[in-house]
Amino acid sequence: MKKGLIFLLTIVFVVGLMTGCGGGAKNTTGDGGAADSAAKEVKIGINYELTSGLASYGEASVDGIMMAFDEINAAGGINGMQIKPVKFDNKSDAAEATSLATRLMTQEGVVACLGPATSGCYMATIPVAMGNKIPIISASATADEGVTTTAKGDVNEYVFRLCFNDSFQGVTMANFAANNLKAKKAVIIQDRSSDYAAGLTKNFISTFEAAGGTIVDKEAYVAKDKDFNAILTKIKGEKFDVIFLPGYYQEAGLVIKQARDLGITAPVLGADGFDSPVLLELAGATALNDVYFSNHYSSLDKDPLVQNFIKAFTEKNGKAPNAFNALGYDLGKYIADAIKRAGSTEPEAIKDALAGTENFVGVTGSFSMGADHNPIKSIVVIGLKDGVQDTSVKVDVK
Amino acid sequence: MEQFLQQVVNGISLGSIYALIALGYTMVYGIIKLINFAHGDVYMIGAYIGFATITYAKLEFFPALIVTMIACAILGMVIERVAYKPLRNSSRITVLITAIGVSLLLEYVMMFFVGAEVRSYPKVLSEQVFHLGSVVLNMQQIYIVVTTIALMILLQFIVHKTKTGKAMRAVSIDQDAAQLMGIKVDSTISYTFAIGSGFAGAAGVLVGIYYNSIDPLMGIMPGLKAFIAAVFGGIGSIPGAMIGGLSIGIMETLVSGYGNSLYRDAAVFAFLIIILILKPTGLLGKNTREKV
Repeated sequence: MKKGLIFLLTIVFVVGLMTGCGGGAKNTTGDGGAADSAAKEVKIGINYELTSGLASYGEASVDGIMMAFDEINAAGGINGMQIKPVKFDNKSDAAEATSLATRLMTQEGVVACLGPATSGCYMATIPVAMGNKIPIISASATADEGVTTTAKGDVNEYVFRLCFNDSFQGVTMANFAANNLKAKKAVIIQDRSSDYAAGLTKNFISTFEAAGGTIVDKEAYVAKDKDFNAILTKIKGEKFDVIFLPGYYQEAGLVIKQARDLGITAPVLGADGFDSPVLLELAGATALNDVYFSNHYSSLDKDPLVQNFIKAFTEKNGKAPNAFNALGYDLGKYIADAIKRAGSTEPEAIKDALAGTENFVGVTGSFSMGADHNPIKSIVVIGLKDGVQDTSVKVDVK
Repeated sequence: MEQFLQQVVNGISLGSIYALIALGYTMVYGIIKLINFAHGDVYMIGAYIGFATITYAKLEFFPALIVTMIACAILGMVIERVAYKPLRNSSRITVLITAIGVSLLLEYVMMFFVGAEVRSYPKVLSEQVFHLGSVVLNMQQIYIVVTTIALMILLQFIVHKTKTGKAMRAVSIDQDAAQLMGIKVDSTISYTFAIGSGFAGAAGVLVGIYYNSIDPLMGIMPGLKAFIAAVFGGIGSIPGAMIGGLSIGIMETLVSGYGNSLYRDAAVFAFLIIILILKPTGLLGKNTREKV
């Protein structure tokens, strides 16, 4: 399967190189004349998961980004320039994301790249951004290590994100379990095939145990599993107050459904991987009670900015926005804001403007960009009742 | 004890699915000595056909199941005619590689048409749950087990009481001799593919209803597990496939339930290696001498 893909990619790449040479030459002349007429538009790369397993996140992010760009273009663009998004689908595949990032930066002539939405794919594109000195920003890559900073702790100069990281989500959910739900004993059912779940689990355990709780049992599954009855039957025989379920909605929906079918009524806690309409389809409304997850934003927020966004988005797309829509929207506004402040379409100037952001006001909360290229912003814990968002608690960074 | 019973119930429902898929592997192997790796994908397509018939044609469970089985049977025959028949006299490795090719073709063609996103299945069965002591049984599990048993009885009937079944048994013993006796070998092989694929299609619908989630790559893992089940039961043996499927299902559940859920798949595959070393013919397999 991989071999075939690589072969196809090679062909695409070779053909790309041939046509790319011509295009590249044109681009150089275009840049030469940038001072006068070509400055009418600014190209921004969009490299997202539009098909395959993680498509739900990618599509939602892109809907948000497009809405932001449309609004900006309708209002006259950035310093008189129209935004021209160059959109590609990385098929939820890290290798594909990398080659698309290369293509966007070397052939399409973008000034910055947005996405991918998930950490695995986003991290794969980091070397490309560093090599080409073109900034990349993800609104939702929450992995702890290796995103905006290297393993040694150095900041990746051209890499930014608009969301908190997994350790903050793990810590928040552990505190929520211990303080708000008064839980003493927790069971963890972890997706063993993602870094995302590993980061969440690690931080949940350390915080929960520090708060006096005990982890009664730790079970694991891998992505694409469908049958969780065996592990659920096992934990059913144990005494616990909450289930912590770090993972993505595809499996989380099935775990919750099967747990409720087996008569397990304990609260289920998760993180932003739960935020997809597919969760409700898979689990069904009756199963989604006493389910809490940390998220970037809640539609219950009374802030007029949030409420106006929800109204406009619903009118445009025919459905209420989720957190990925909101993050995508903020991402679109954020890059436009940085280009405007940079006063130039030079990637270097845009990078400095991104890093120097102070008090940016977005739908998912106001933030300033930290020195490590992580935003300093608050987190929301959402509670579901019959599959619908019912409660939301805001937690600030300590 | 109650937990053990519950785990066995879980294992039987999962194992029934494996058994249904394993039947197709074992029948095809029995007749043309081919491990049909595309079989898991026929199961996946069955799940999608079931999804389409229930969602768009608004059929109930049983009509949808029958339509899916017929459609998958036709698909199985087409695959055999297009991909395997022209290679009837080629070496076995050629056909095996073709089978892997067909498998990838089915997966990615489906992904092209339906997208890679996970879909939830429409509700056709009631969500009723039965409590026997503290053992929980739901409607879907009952349907899975009952449908599997009914289909297996039907298969036993076809193989042992009908002319087609007799022809299938004859071809599996000696293809040339069967031909000399006036048995149409090509159409018998077609029937075998049709029956095996029909069963895989039924398994697809049952899984869709039970787990409520289908995607174009869902056939890979169950396909492999069913293959192990077929090997365990003795590849080529129909009762062996049933026993193998149920055993693998129960084994998986018990490993998750009493051991470590992370080692579940590893345990199953390690089991395959052990069988191949200790008893390569499987539980009910016949010890046949390879013709040199």
